[in-house]
Amino acid sequence: MKKRRILLGIWLVVAVFLAVAGWYISRRSLPIFQPAGPVGHKELNLILFTLSLAAIVVIPTYAIAVIIAMRYREENHTKAKKRIKYDPDFDHSRLFEAIWWGIPIIIIGVLSVVTWNSTHTLDPYKPLASDKKPLTIQVVALDWKWLFIYPKQHVASVNLAEIPVGVPVDFHVTSDTIMNSFWVPALGGQIYAMPGMDTQLHEQADKAGSFMGSPANIAGHGFSRMDFTIKATSQDGFNAWVKQARHAPKQLDAAAYTALAKPSESVPVTYYADVKHDLYNDIVMKYMTPQSGTDQ
Amino acid sequence: MIGFATEWLGRLSWHAFPQATVTRGAAIGIVLGGLIVLALITYFHKWRWLWREWLTTQDPKRIGIMYIIVSVLMLLRAGSDALMMRAQQATSVGTHTGPFSPDTFQQVFSAHGTIMIFFVAMGLMFGLINLVLPQQLGNRDVAFPFMNALSFWLFTAGMLLINMSLVIGEFSAAGWLAYPPLSELKFSPGVGVDYWIWSLQIAGVGSLMSGINFLVTILKNRCKGMTMMKMPVFAWSVFGSMTLVAFSFPILTVALTLLYFDRTFGMHFFTAGGGGNAMMYVNLIWAWGHPEVYILVLPAFGVYSEIMATFSRKRLFGYTSMVWAVWGIVFLSFTVWLHHFFTMGAGADVNSVFGIATMLIAIPTGVKIFNWLFTMYRGRIRFTSHMVWFMGFVFLFVSGGVTGVMLAVPAIDFQVHNSLFLVAHFHTMVVTGVVFGYLAAISYWFPKITGFRLHDGLGKIVAWCWSVGFVLAFFPLYALGFMGATRRLDHYDASLGWQPLFIVAAIGALTIATGVVFQIVQLIVSIWQRNERRDITGDAWDGRTLEWSTPSPTPFYVFTKTPVVTERDQFWADKQAGTVQRGYEDILLPKNTGVPIVVGGLALLVGFGAIWHIWTLVVLGLLGIVMAIIVRAMNDEPEYILTAKEVERLENARKRKLKEVMA
Repeated sequence: MKKRRILLGIWLVVAVFLAVAGWYISRRSLPIFQPAGPVGHKELNLILFTLSLAAIVVIPTYAIAVIIAMRYREENHTKAKKRIKYDPDFDHSRLFEAIWWGIPIIIIGVLSVVTWNSTHTLDPYKPLASDKKPLTIQVVALDWKWLFIYPKQHVASVNLAEIPVGVPVDFHVTSDTIMNSFWVPALGGQIYAMPGMDTQLHEQADKAGSFMGSPANIAGHGFSRMDFTIKATSQDGFNAWVKQARHAPKQLDAAAYTALAKPSESVPVTYYADVKHDLYNDIVMKYMTPQSGTDQ
Repeated sequence: MIGFATEWLGRLSWHAFPQATVTRGAAIGIVLGGLIVLALITYFHKWRWLWREWLTTQDPKRIGIMYIIVSVLMLLRAGSDALMMRAQQATSVGTHTGPFSPDTFQQVFSAHGTIMIFFVAMGLMFGLINLVLPQQLGNRDVAFPFMNALSFWLFTAGMLLINMSLVIGEFSAAGWLAYPPLSELKFSPGVGVDYWIWSLQIAGVGSLMSGINFLVTILKNRCKGMTMMKMPVFAWSVFGSMTLVAFSFPILTVALTLLYFDRTFGMHFFTAGGGGNAMMYVNLIWAWGHPEVYILVLPAFGVYSEIMATFSRKRLFGYTSMVWAVWGIVFLSFTVWLHHFFTMGAGADVNSVFGIATMLIAIPTGVKIFNWLFTMYRGRIRFTSHMVWFMGFVFLFVSGGVTGVMLAVPAIDFQVHNSLFLVAHFHTMVVTGVVFGYLAAISYWFPKITGFRLHDGLGKIVAWCWSVGFVLAFFPLYALGFMGATRRLDHYDASLGWQPLFIVAAIGALTIATGVVFQIVQLIVSIWQRNERRDITGDAWDGRTLEWSTPSPTPFYVFTKTPVVTERDQFWADKQAGTVQRGYEDILLPKNTGVPIVVGGLALLVGFGAIWHIWTLVVLGLLGIVMAIIVRAMNDEPEYILTAKEVERLENARKRKLKEVMA
């Protein structure tokens, strides 16, 4: 009886702890569970689906583990009341083993189909279905800040990018330094930013807001201080923002870019009114030329 | 003078000694600790004993003990790295900066990962295999005893090198796998990455030799009657694991060499420009790195199999399934490496194939879990600390399996890759799968090694501290991952609201540290009470496999006569039938040799020279190694025969002594 009371106490402590933890976490911003766009939504659904599929195996496993371990304890065998079998040579059963090879095979089979389909529908290179023309933003990871170039709008910004709500965005991502990863949890998904390579990420915001962006791959000294913001506003708000950027005093020509690319930390948001033609392409391609071999 | 300096000092100068207070403190601590140990050995005149009994030994049991001692020391070091990381992330918020600078912090987490994998998990694994495998196979030694000692000393040389980085120079700040371009000369100009390369390179060559050694041991050194399907499952797991070592470690060696060539000779294998491709390195390192995880976990699975059968007093359930599951895992583990970088941007077809291959591993792993659970079914379970470890493992490992399957879905991985969710996942697999298994194994085979049992009550407290501490330390990281927290941050914004969760994680880490303290207490108490805890029969737990048929501690000749096997659990079957395998025979044993430790020392010099560009040292070291091997090859009598009569005399003396102790 006393043992049972202790056990009850332990469960109570655990339950209270979990409740407090759940309450705390639910009051925080959980961008992955509060997606702001269609990609994030689909990824969240996938997370929940996988979890519930796993629960089909996990919950019985936990139950079996507890029941068997409690029931077949040595001291239970000595109690006359309970008649518990001891069968030291019981070491295989076709039926049992067929069950635990079979059920996981079925579940993983189902999940494989879901994986194949979701990987193709959520391929970051695939344009999102929309009647609106996508907005292209070129993203460059630098030491230690993010440069966003709007090639159509001929503006650029550092550590903040605005996007219009409801319009698909086609991020082209590269790095002009150490490899990094471009991640906006609320929009869904990330892609590596690698020097000399151009990766793509199609995302979209369906509601307005400021979304935290994270540098998701270790990139040296200032890596913890190169977080950025993606801000989604109405189309009019976005147009106004572009206009404002166009009136910025600075221009992003070759010299300005070289200055910007030098290592710096906690860089404030900066706008550039004009951007050198094909700057992004130059950044990617410079690693493809033989001369660059001299400075690695 | 200048010529002398470049020839004998390379890049080395006074600036190499640590400047920051934290690292300087650690450096002074290490040097002082080392000096105290050396002084104690000298004071008690133990040098000769140390050299004869330990440093030159080729006895796998002694080598195993040395592996475990080194690994446990490294567990303490890398564990304090973990505490430092928790301290930083719990306090470095908003306007506050934590106790460490970004550079120190990055060195700390790089060292933590590297040491935990290479010098804790690998060391514990090789130690346990050395201690147990030959005996389980009904044999006395591994196939190549000299190479076995050499492996150990190369492992130790690598370990010394990685710790030297605290005193002379710096350690890598590029993470435990040192992805280029960050690890290239342009972004990491110091010696840190070179320390990383050379300590892994030297230890890695040792691991490869061990892998081949144990593979051959399993194939050739089984006793009479032990067909493959009569081997204990631990041996099967080691077989699978060592196959992976033999196939994957060469990839590591090549990747490290190419990275070193990039850094030292201006080559462009992985550089951003000049025709290099960093993702080639990432592919290579994971083509080794993914199998590495299974290299570590398979022997631990073998340990759980032994423990479950012994403490349930029942045959292991589904032996054939277990063997197939091991080989399923071995095969699949080589087909999944790309899941570590779905976000590189490969196409959907490639990502799906690797994702599905990854999920498939859940099937054989799940089968193993059910087989363990049903080993308890209709058994008589003694709930010792080993069972507490097992239950902690089952509950946590299965939860890690769930998050693993989630990460295997590329579309989900795009969201949580490189976040703390990932960190929580792989720590679940490696800590509960590998570390719990090996700690349980140490306590399980402890009487076999020392002749007395560990205090089991304290052992249970240890297991509970680790399990509860683990939940507190890593489950908040899952939540943090969902909040968008990246791994390896030395600082974050206060407005994100992450701090309380990081504080809980720090409390969890302290709980695990408490477990480690209890472990030390357990060891001291058990040594104190060793006479009442003595294992007289050699069969401490009513065991099933051949190692329990030898006395505890196992004498250096192990079996007076090699056993003959007709059953899977031969020793259990013998006990049931009341038969005892007796008799004496002439035994061929390897003589001691100082060559392995000399080669280890020379390899240390080669590594040190390569790190600091002291080429003279590299050349001299390599020449020395070749000479030492030639000297060894000239030795025509590396073994000696212990006659049956002598074995009988030793055995009787052992029994007399045991009686005296017990009286």
